[in-house]
Amino acid sequence: MEIFGIPTQALFGQLLIGLINGAFYAMLSLGLAVIFGLLNIINFTHGAQYMMGAFCAWFFLERFGIGYWWSLLLAPIVIGATGVVIERTMLSRLYKLDHLYGLLLTFGLALIVQGVFTNFYGSSGQPYRLPPEFAGAFDLGFMFLPKYRAWVIVASLIVCLGTWFVIERTKLGSYLRAATENPALVQAFGINVPRMITLTYGFGVGLAALAGVMAAPIYQVSPQMGANLIIVVFAVVVIGGMGSILGAILTGFGLGIVEGLTKVFYPEASNTVIFVVMVLVLLFKPAGLFGREH
Amino acid sequence: MTRFKRNILGLAVAASLTMGVAQAQVSDNLIKIGVLTDMSSLYTDLAGAGSVAAAKMAIEDSGIEKRGFKVELISADHQNKPDVGSAIARQWYDTDKVDVIVDVPNSGVALAVNQITKDKNKVFLASGPASSDLTGKACSPNTVHWTYDTWMLANGTGGAIVKSGGDTWFFLTADYAFGHALERDTEAVVLKNGGKVLGKVRAPLNTQDFSSFLLQAQASKAKIVGLANAGGDTTNSIKQAAEFGIVKGGQNLAGLLVFLTDVNALGLPTAQGLIVTNTFYWDKDDQTRAFSKRFAPLDKGIHPTMVHAGVYASVLHYLKSVEALKSDDGLKVVAKMKEMPTDDPLFGKGTIRADGRKIHPAYLMEVKKPAESKGPWDYYKVRATIPADQAFRPLKDGDCPLVK
Amino acid sequence: MNTPAAAVLEPVAAGASSSRNRMLIATTLMVAALAIAPFVGVYPIFLMKALCFALFACAFNLLLGFGGLLSFGHAMFLGSAGYVCAHVAKVWGWPPEAAILAGTAAATLLGMVVGLLAIRRQGIYFAMITLAIAQMIYFFCLQSPLTGGEDGIQSVPRGKLFGFIDLSNPLAMYFTVLAIFVGAFLLIYRIVHSPFGQVLKAIRENEPRAISLGYDADKYKLIAFVMSAGLSGLAGSTKAIVFQLASLTDVHWSMSGEVVLMVLLGGMGTIFGPVVGAFAIIGLESYLAGFGQWVTVMTGVIFVICVLAFRRGIVGELDAWWAKRRS
Repeated sequence: MEIFGIPTQALFGQLLIGLINGAFYAMLSLGLAVIFGLLNIINFTHGAQYMMGAFCAWFFLERFGIGYWWSLLLAPIVIGATGVVIERTMLSRLYKLDHLYGLLLTFGLALIVQGVFTNFYGSSGQPYRLPPEFAGAFDLGFMFLPKYRAWVIVASLIVCLGTWFVIERTKLGSYLRAATENPALVQAFGINVPRMITLTYGFGVGLAALAGVMAAPIYQVSPQMGANLIIVVFAVVVIGGMGSILGAILTGFGLGIVEGLTKVFYPEASNTVIFVVMVLVLLFKPAGLFGREH
Repeated sequence: MTRFKRNILGLAVAASLTMGVAQAQVSDNLIKIGVLTDMSSLYTDLAGAGSVAAAKMAIEDSGIEKRGFKVELISADHQNKPDVGSAIARQWYDTDKVDVIVDVPNSGVALAVNQITKDKNKVFLASGPASSDLTGKACSPNTVHWTYDTWMLANGTGGAIVKSGGDTWFFLTADYAFGHALERDTEAVVLKNGGKVLGKVRAPLNTQDFSSFLLQAQASKAKIVGLANAGGDTTNSIKQAAEFGIVKGGQNLAGLLVFLTDVNALGLPTAQGLIVTNTFYWDKDDQTRAFSKRFAPLDKGIHPTMVHAGVYASVLHYLKSVEALKSDDGLKVVAKMKEMPTDDPLFGKGTIRADGRKIHPAYLMEVKKPAESKGPWDYYKVRATIPADQAFRPLKDGDCPLVK
Repeated sequence: MNTPAAAVLEPVAAGASSSRNRMLIATTLMVAALAIAPFVGVYPIFLMKALCFALFACAFNLLLGFGGLLSFGHAMFLGSAGYVCAHVAKVWGWPPEAAILAGTAAATLLGMVVGLLAIRRQGIYFAMITLAIAQMIYFFCLQSPLTGGEDGIQSVPRGKLFGFIDLSNPLAMYFTVLAIFVGAFLLIYRIVHSPFGQVLKAIRENEPRAISLGYDADKYKLIAFVMSAGLSGLAGSTKAIVFQLASLTDVHWSMSGEVVLMVLLGGMGTIFGPVVGAFAIIGLESYLAGFGQWVTVMTGVIFVICVLAFRRGIVGELDAWWAKRRS
């Protein structure tokens, strides 16, 4: 059986691969959406922090022999902690100003981080070995699915749905959401809003670092790895609707699939298709697919 | 401002010294070499600081300074941007008294420097760039293209692989001018040698995930997957090919532009079995090993790539020619370089053709299995040597206006 | 919403006639300094590069500083105008003045299309949309055979301006660039101080109020966007003729970041700020070219310092200091 000249089986394979890439988009755009929702800041450093997560995992393995699983836990904490420092020392001074200053500051930080890493680790990157427990692949009949890729989908779904649940369905999440609407009132209820904001930024950064650790075994760990990705992820967030958690997750996976199909039918456009979708969405639904018009 | 003062001073000194001294023809009594290279992005490791170190070693080894010539070395980062590179080149020639520009990895920048060098009658020793246009339709009497070019890569890798049985190909091409040229040249060689191209896919530059394209390559059942891309695209596609079991499944990867530093970045477990063409390998003989032993500590332990070797050898030959000629006039020096046979420890004996092409053998190499490697940087085994007269594009096919 | 430029003191609003005199003196001094510069040993190519970027930054400032709109994709106008100009000059053999006009026209047209899409949203959304469209343009330029991929369009002829001024002479080229820059600079000054400019500033300060006064805010913003795009295109075309090449650098998003930095460093919403910022950044880059990747780091550090401690920029701080001293 064939669809548009492509065997159905091959098409399934491509859809699955799209979903895997979507998993990365979803995790990264989720972090951006969480940060934007609470801090009203577009975190341009997100790509650099994703890269730092991957480098952190590589560094743990090379210097201390700390393996993949511990990195999965430790790297987000370490990088998240750097995020907390950035929020406390820099971002917190900007909340009273226009949002654009946050964008410019994080853009500057991204340049610094990438420049420093290139200086110390060169441009061609570092290899990160696939954890041995993931060696091999599942033969799905229609394709050869590396075990690690299967794990990426599962892990990303757990992380995304977990985050969504915490923010939308728990008491902590309701404080968070209330604090975005009216920080003064929430503060009056005895909740330490600045600390909550700091931790949220740290959490969003941690998510980026987690995505970085998960990317390390399949992508080359190089200083530039996040630089181009970040713009795609911005587009995902814009399409999903800024600040919408569920929107970021669904759009992330959805666009991964759209991009995967483009790679089959018109590969030349696979880097631009997301931006085309973005323009179309903005034309017909300016607030994004899941966003509310303010 | 100090620079401008220095220039005015330099002018005065030059004016007073142009007569009487032994090296009267060498402008302002100083041979000034500018290494224009990439120090901040894609090609930092394969050129970068290593190219500066190689040029320094060439100046030392030539011994020219002991014979009364003054040589000065400066360097700058072109950031892989043609406009940045051409601005630096112009300034070097106009105000900084640079006589020769070396290296320039990145064809876009190199073509711009090629033109400026010709306009200002200086010398350009192109060891870094790939574009075979430098000795083709853009060829210049002031340029020597030393190390490699796209025609040679396509011909070496494509031709040798087809002859050794890899006769069905699938191309994974970076979708821009360089990728297209590499794919076109390789395809022609594959077809000429009786091979077949079963399919191709054009991936946008800087694609992060190649798995979709690799699945298409896998489905094509071609024996060879040709990677007509460079830098991060190449390393990512090789890494993911290993993950998807392309090589284990019986297909072979042919990296059309892979440097030693790329293999180092990938690690042998991932890169093993990859076939590449290079014109220099550090572990070829005692002389290259001796060079590499001196080189590595100067560049963070990196062993010399063919680009580093090209910088060393071209600077050495340039200095010899200047000394023989007692002049650093651009046209005359390059003519002298072409007239004198080349001889250096890294590329051996060779010649420079009328179109500016340096001629030397090329080596088809395979990346070793981790078990075969005896230590760090022991990566390649030589599968075939392509003799110098076959390695590069025949003079008549280049459309170089200097030849007719 | 508090726009970035609102934080900046408005130097020209108070004391119209005395400020106009000051402006006149300052402009004359600037033009005189630029006219003398190549004769006192400043390298003309450096000056021309800085002037092209100064023009680009002024055009960008028209949108950001006076319209309150942060575009993060302005490189698309600079770069695509450069490509069009280089193409018509090299392939079609147009004279330089026609090529520069063609590039400018192309950028203006592109600005119209992008503007219609982008001004539907404000603030961060506006920045993101322009960034995404610029990225599309970048990939188009990367893949299209017309642009020559990573090689760019090389060896663009400078030609003869109006048929008799030979631009291959560095000084002739320099004074042509200077004339273009001064012309565009004065045009921007006129725009900012026209009734149109006043309405634009009113929209920047308080859009709902401007709308309630009967101004069609979207129309004003669109016109500002198109003018800014066209002037950026003028800068890009001139740059293509000066350097005789058009390349991907000018369409890449890091160029969009660089122009923001120039305006931020010089002073948003000031007339001279972008010029000062452009000269500072270009000077820094050529001075630091030997330091490799530290240029990126330095650029980042300047960004951070400007945002945290120096939001008025060089000219903005000077203005504030001047105003304080007089009061």
